[in-house]
Amino acid sequence: MNVFAVAMIGVLTTMLLALVRAFLGPTVFDRVLAANMFGTKTVLLIAVSGFLAGRPEWLDLAILYALMNFIGMIALLRFSEFSNLASDEQVK
Amino acid sequence: MMEVVREFAIWFCLVMGSLFCVIGGIGVVRMPDFYTRAHASGLTDTLGATLILLGLGLHSGLNLISVKLGFVLFLLYVTSPTAAHALVKAAYSKGLDAPDVEDATRAALTLSDPEETGNG
Repeated sequence: MNVFAVAMIGVLTTMLLALVRAFLGPTVFDRVLAANMFGTKTVLLIAVSGFLAGRPEWLDLAILYALMNFIGMIALLRFSEFSNLASDEQVK
Repeated sequence: MMEVVREFAIWFCLVMGSLFCVIGGIGVVRMPDFYTRAHASGLTDTLGATLILLGLGLHSGLNLISVKLGFVLFLLYVTSPTAAHALVKAAYSKGLDAPDVEDATRAALTLSDPEETGNG
């Protein structure tokens, strides 16, 4: 069996478990944590699938996903903490 | 000989990395509390991602692809502690309590005497 397929199965299982937590999670922070973990595993999945398909150029997409995931999570946290995205007086 | 060693290193890195990812995923589902779940999620971000990307880099050799892999790894190393810090800080400032974490830890470690854990 191809070793990249093994790694892909592991990463996909982890994404499934993160989705389980995102559906279960009692608080919003559990859901954000699961979404962040899902995004990180998406980066790994794209990298591994590029090697599996013999086209490692897909790593550019992985870099893009890492950036998008980080910015999206920070925006979501700001929204859940302050209930809006940009406010001057509430930032300490 | 060198080729066999490299092949073994690739296998080891990728298999151990995906194993750490799956273990962290199981931890995220099964841990009793939000803060312990954040700990389990951090395991997949550090060891799992590092080992998988290291295995891919060993497979590709030293070229542009491994430079990109190093960039992805650097980005994950910078962003994932920042994200975890922001997430836990937001949860803490929202007043999310961890009431049963000590009980859960004590039950997991099967510490019978609660007095002994006070100064630890």
